[in-house]
Amino acid sequence: MVAKVTPEIVGKDGYKFGFHDDAKYVYRTEKGLNEQVVREISAAKSEPQWMTDLRVKAYRIFEEKPMPTGFWGGNIQNYKLDFQDIYYFARASDRAERDWSDVPEYIKNTFDKLGIPEAEKKFLAGVGAQYDSEVVYHSIREDLEKQGVIFVDMDSAVRDYPDIVKQYFGTIVPPADNKFAALNSAVWSGGSFVYVPAGVKVDIPLQAYFRINKENMGQFERTLIIAEEGSYVHYVEGCTAPIYSTDSLHSAVVEIIVKKGARVRYTTIQNWSTNVFNLVTKRAAAYEGAVMEWVDGNLGSRLTMKYPSVYLMEPGAHGEILSLAMASDGQHQDAGGKIIHAAPDTTSTIISKSVSKGSGRTSYRGALKVYPGAVRSKSTVRCDALLLDKDSRSDTYPLMEIEEDQVSIGHEASVSKVGEDQLFYLQSRGLSEVDATKMIVNGFVEPIVKELPMEYAVELNRLIELQMEGAVG
Amino acid sequence: MTGPLLEIQGLEVAVEGKQILNGVDLTVNRGEVHAIMGPNGSGKSTLANALMGHPRYQITAGRVRFKGEDILGLTPDARAQMGMFLAFQYPTSIPGVTMVNFLRQALKARRGGADVPVREFREKLMSTLKLLKMDEQFARRYVNEGFSGGEKKRAEVLQMGILEPDLAIMDETDSGLDIDALRTVADGVNALMTDQLGVVLITHYQRLLNYIKPQFVHVLFQGRIIESGGPELALQLEEHGYDPIIAEFAPALAATGEKA
Repeated sequence: MVAKVTPEIVGKDGYKFGFHDDAKYVYRTEKGLNEQVVREISAAKSEPQWMTDLRVKAYRIFEEKPMPTGFWGGNIQNYKLDFQDIYYFARASDRAERDWSDVPEYIKNTFDKLGIPEAEKKFLAGVGAQYDSEVVYHSIREDLEKQGVIFVDMDSAVRDYPDIVKQYFGTIVPPADNKFAALNSAVWSGGSFVYVPAGVKVDIPLQAYFRINKENMGQFERTLIIAEEGSYVHYVEGCTAPIYSTDSLHSAVVEIIVKKGARVRYTTIQNWSTNVFNLVTKRAAAYEGAVMEWVDGNLGSRLTMKYPSVYLMEPGAHGEILSLAMASDGQHQDAGGKIIHAAPDTTSTIISKSVSKGSGRTSYRGALKVYPGAVRSKSTVRCDALLLDKDSRSDTYPLMEIEEDQVSIGHEASVSKVGEDQLFYLQSRGLSEVDATKMIVNGFVEPIVKELPMEYAVELNRLIELQMEGAVG
Repeated sequence: MTGPLLEIQGLEVAVEGKQILNGVDLTVNRGEVHAIMGPNGSGKSTLANALMGHPRYQITAGRVRFKGEDILGLTPDARAQMGMFLAFQYPTSIPGVTMVNFLRQALKARRGGADVPVREFREKLMSTLKLLKMDEQFARRYVNEGFSGGEKKRAEVLQMGILEPDLAIMDETDSGLDIDALRTVADGVNALMTDQLGVVLITHYQRLLNYIKPQFVHVLFQGRIIESGGPELALQLEEHGYDPIIAEFAPALAATGEKA
């Protein structure tokens, strides 16, 4: 979420993007889900048979699989989620647009409210903005194309780059992985496809914007990133959605392949409105000497369950997960990460920072696995939680399976409250209690925020401040 | 403005139900430096914190006027915006917040929320850093995070220099400083001194007063000012300690039914 928004559209509950416009749908499937709906989605996109088959197969897995339970089930059991009360596919515009002037006016208005063109002018390399289920706006800098970098919406990728997509799609997150991965595989729409050829370093972040627009409109984007040997790319995903009274579901899948010596950074700022269930499977495989970094900020949604994973497949691979969660009244951020050391000399770091305000609840749920033979693996896990109110709650659920002796593992966790002395110190310098609290919270999240591109960092600080309004007495 | 800068009358303060100050009277005018001396536990830091409005310090009786206004109902930030400043004995750290960001926001608040021009702020910051013999890099560090004792005290004086208060309460600003650091801090305070600034210097030891010269010295004991005088009182304390004055005061304490 990187949007510039004028104050007049700030809702009275403080959620900035609680507007929606009357979208015109060219095509929409019926409400609910069955095999026919899945086939219709595939037909509407004129997909090749292999993708139709993949969807149908995934749908059957979805049907069979129970809701997640146990450790990774988190708290989904506590919520009623009606899969039949959701639209799974809608199309607002017939085809992906590349030129801003071709984008329909009402869609532009929405983007204007989100400030996307401005942001793009500044430093975007390419933009894939998702309006409901279909990408309608897409641009990429010419020099990136010359370098052979592919950055398109996933629907186009299936059509235009079938060989690469077929080779990698569903290999990192197979449909059978979990119920929501199966659901996404069956009904996915939109998302980004990024291919970076060997040795190419993309020096500007690639960005995409997502938002759910239609009431009860699920959003099931699918993103696949392939970084060939020695390449580098930073992909940035930001989300925002209008507020509705009924529940919305966002269930995405992100698959990333980081080949020998390559480096991929994937940054997310999630600011869904507080009725959205945000259930996302993100996973990366890192090969010899490769570096995979997840920077994951979760501010919105009613319930987020998201644990970006890195599989360190070959010697020298490094995985890093920076997770930031902020939960206000009625929200639960169940976030964390998974690192799997499957080869010798692999290293990893997980840093989690969470802030709970009012009755907000944050959980760190993390797994660290070291397979036998992954000698000299090193891992550091650090979880810090900050509680702002007496009703605020934070829990830590670290799972460690270390099956190799010759390893170095560190785990630290802390829970703190905004201290009276810190508040007094800042107040004694003229800051109000609210401003002092904001400053303390912004300082607390600084180690994560400083990893973001400048514009996101500014926006994130502003979002946090917005959530903090009225946080104190 | 007429009348004293700070006027404390019969101030009584309790902390967690325990009475610490038992009726303090003190008047400070602009341009004056008052030293408050006393042994440990006499209530010096309580006085400093109560003046600034720390919520843990409960005012049970008395009155405090600052610039003619009764401030006891005001929050600490309102007092700061009026021009009151407390240099802390133990400044707390604010992880992740840089000094420069903190100072800019504090100055903005001090000026009633008006934005501070970048250039003006920068010049002010640079000159104050130089005055305190501090490196430019210092402003990029997080507030009090990992500061040495001397750095913490200098950071407090830096804030005082930026915020330009009318009244500076300095709580044990000399504690934990070696002689060189003490001299730097004292030079800084002296350079910031104007005929418009009132200073309340809280200290256990006389040595700070060799560098920052007070016109008035007060001895605080068991929550009361038991003796006031000029600079000679501090020298007398250095020579003989607190005992003679306390002994002299003991009968008065006994008369009010309290033990010395």
